[in-house]
Amino acid sequence: MSFLQILWFILIGVLFSGFFFLDGFDFGVGMAVKTLAHNEAERDQIVKTIGPVWDGNEVWLVTAGGAMFASFPYWYATLFSGYYLILLLILVGLIIRGVSFEFRAKCTPYQKPIWDTTMAIGSVMATFLFGVMFISMIKGMPIDARGNISATFFDYFNWFSIVGGIALTLLCYLHGLNYITIKTKGVISARAQNYAHALYWVLYVGEVIFALLLIFQTDFLRVHPIATWVCLILIVGFSVAAHVATFTNKQGMALTCSGLTLISLVALIFCGLFPRVMISSISSKYDLLIHSASSSNYTLVVMTIATCILVPCVLAYTIWAYWIFRKRISMPRIGEVK
Amino acid sequence: MQSEYGGVKMNIVSLARFQFAMTTIFHFFFVPFSIGTIFVVAIMESMYVHTGKAEYKKMTKFWGNVFLLSFAVGIVTGLIQEFQFGMNWSDYSRFMGDIFGAPLAFEALLSFFIESTFIGLWMFTWNKVGKKLHLAFAWLVVFGTLTSALWILTANAFMQHPVGFVLRNGRAEMANFWALLRNPQLFYEYGHVVIGALLTGATILTGLAAFQLLKKRKLSDVNKKIYHKTMRLGMVLMLIFSLGEICFGDLQMRYIINEQPMKFAAAEGVTHTTGERAPWMIVGYSDPKTHEVKGIDIPDVLSILAYHKTTGSVKGMKEVNQELEKKYGTHIDGRKMNYYVPVNTLFWSFRVMCGFAALLFLMSIVGLIMTRKKKETLYQHRWLMWIFAILTFSPFVVNTAGWLITERGRDPWTVYGLFTIAQSVSPKVSVASLLTSNIIYFCLFTILAIVMIALVVRFLHNDPDEYDKAQEASKVVDPFSKGAI
Repeated sequence: MSFLQILWFILIGVLFSGFFFLDGFDFGVGMAVKTLAHNEAERDQIVKTIGPVWDGNEVWLVTAGGAMFASFPYWYATLFSGYYLILLLILVGLIIRGVSFEFRAKCTPYQKPIWDTTMAIGSVMATFLFGVMFISMIKGMPIDARGNISATFFDYFNWFSIVGGIALTLLCYLHGLNYITIKTKGVISARAQNYAHALYWVLYVGEVIFALLLIFQTDFLRVHPIATWVCLILIVGFSVAAHVATFTNKQGMALTCSGLTLISLVALIFCGLFPRVMISSISSKYDLLIHSASSSNYTLVVMTIATCILVPCVLAYTIWAYWIFRKRISMPRIGEVK
Repeated sequence: MQSEYGGVKMNIVSLARFQFAMTTIFHFFFVPFSIGTIFVVAIMESMYVHTGKAEYKKMTKFWGNVFLLSFAVGIVTGLIQEFQFGMNWSDYSRFMGDIFGAPLAFEALLSFFIESTFIGLWMFTWNKVGKKLHLAFAWLVVFGTLTSALWILTANAFMQHPVGFVLRNGRAEMANFWALLRNPQLFYEYGHVVIGALLTGATILTGLAAFQLLKKRKLSDVNKKIYHKTMRLGMVLMLIFSLGEICFGDLQMRYIINEQPMKFAAAEGVTHTTGERAPWMIVGYSDPKTHEVKGIDIPDVLSILAYHKTTGSVKGMKEVNQELEKKYGTHIDGRKMNYYVPVNTLFWSFRVMCGFAALLFLMSIVGLIMTRKKKETLYQHRWLMWIFAILTFSPFVVNTAGWLITERGRDPWTVYGLFTIAQSVSPKVSVASLLTSNIIYFCLFTILAIVMIALVVRFLHNDPDEYDKAQEASKVVDPFSKGAI
């Protein structure tokens, strides 16, 4: 394994972290459209919190996918072809969510509930299935000698991956609630905080079950005991910190901590995988490894140079955009609603 | 792998190909639509900032909304594109990832982030930031779309004409990144695609403005003026870009005579190598079995088109096939090969493409002459206006035709001369999975297309003047108003 290969393994993790941190709350807000808001005005209010930024957040996923293709083509090929139907459904979820922002703004009031529903369903589908995908991936998939997966239904959907999917959905939902709390004014903000108070208790249960399954169903503890424990403790620790912050009304803290919970989860997955990128359940000699799944050194050099130049720019204008849209979003006053 | 469903034999290659065709064609309805309209809209906004006239602002906002609808469908269908290389073409991804992945990643890092961030800013900061800054947002989006096209076409140009690589470790590895960017194929393809996209935007906005003028008998003077100005601007751009497109098309075709002779021969319906004075077939039909093309010839014209002089022979498909069989063998990976491409598809796509390019060029001249200040008579000739209105749909047909020539003309290769389509497919994805995804995409696209058209039509019930006033009035509801910034 060369330095660049390890760097790119980490960078893929960073890109997925960025995706879950940023698009995570978009998904959460998408779910909240159907669960938190009581009327159309409230729905408009919470959709507006992510209106200008959701698209940019989703680009983190596109970048992660593109970077995986470029730096670990064998990983990309195995993962994407192996999870064919799961990714198909993720795409359907992302598509119906993505169009709903523009469609709900331009359709008749009568059709608006349709696009609110697709936004919520799309968000749940994408997060749940991302959870299922990543968690079943760390459990190990039947990867053959040529790096192809021929899996059965239960390789994708088992207790571990389903718990993982639900936990990720809940995490994103909570992340979204924390985001709504900080980005809105009035009743909706308080209500989001109340929801978060209660739901964190459910999350703890999910996290404990997830941790137990992780210990028994993966080899993470055997391969990387320290890193695994550290990440697990961080996941729980950040959850508790976020929960406490919702009680003490430190809204920025709550949002940061729920985001860090998601990042810790990505860190757990990537630490546990190292030095592999995919685990074969048939035989450990069919595991895809960082050093054999990667691109040539030349391509990695080109990618590294481009990334070093472009990512700081991206971060700079993204932060600037969030700063422009820093104002909290209030309910339209009575009489002003169309 | 082959399975039977209801007596129909299907295999993964044909299903994966069908899906690729369906998803890329659908995606590419919206790509040039968005690239073109945001460019025209950015020009409109520049005119607003330059002149300070409110009508240009209303124009910008109004057409900007059409752009936003197209962009929304464009991005979500673009996600499929990125995923499906891994999903359906995993062996291709293994073979090409070293080269193909990098431009894709750059496209995301350089272009998609800019586009998505600044579209958000552009949409939501009218009247909130300075005029010039707001205009800069629009042009940054244009920059994003134009560089995005550059990166993805770098990848496609490599597939048409591989350069700067070595075959090592059973795959194509990048040897020289600059060689990828200096690929002559990229120069022609980029010019052709981008000018085509800009022409698309100009044609669509001209056409939609014509629709509005035709459909609405009682337009206020302000609205009428805005639509007239839209048409006038649209037609100027149509003239420039259709001319550019004809030139680039000519350059590209003359380039592929040597690079991809089969594509050229099929597009022009040349079965056997011609004499020194090559005749040009205007209409024809090819027998799929014998590859013989029969049709009406016009003497000498093909030599002129191909070489810009009266003599010069063009190689026929039969001879090209023999050459390619000699070069690449009659068997690859145990599969019997021939190097014919679907002649009728290429031949007719080519005629549709060139025909419409010429038509757009002529119509823009006619339109510009008839809208000059001295004698503005175009708007009284309803039949002429109808031609403009109907031409709104032409870019979708033409863009598809163009890609059919480019991609089907590369048969049987995914990467010309290196890797075949049959080698590219995901070996372990089942026919059932592929059938499912084909059906789901088909249904999803049908719904998206219907909704998209319905929403554009619904939006066009508005007019720029009233729309802008309504927007300004509802400003209180706007979250970012009241000194938000």
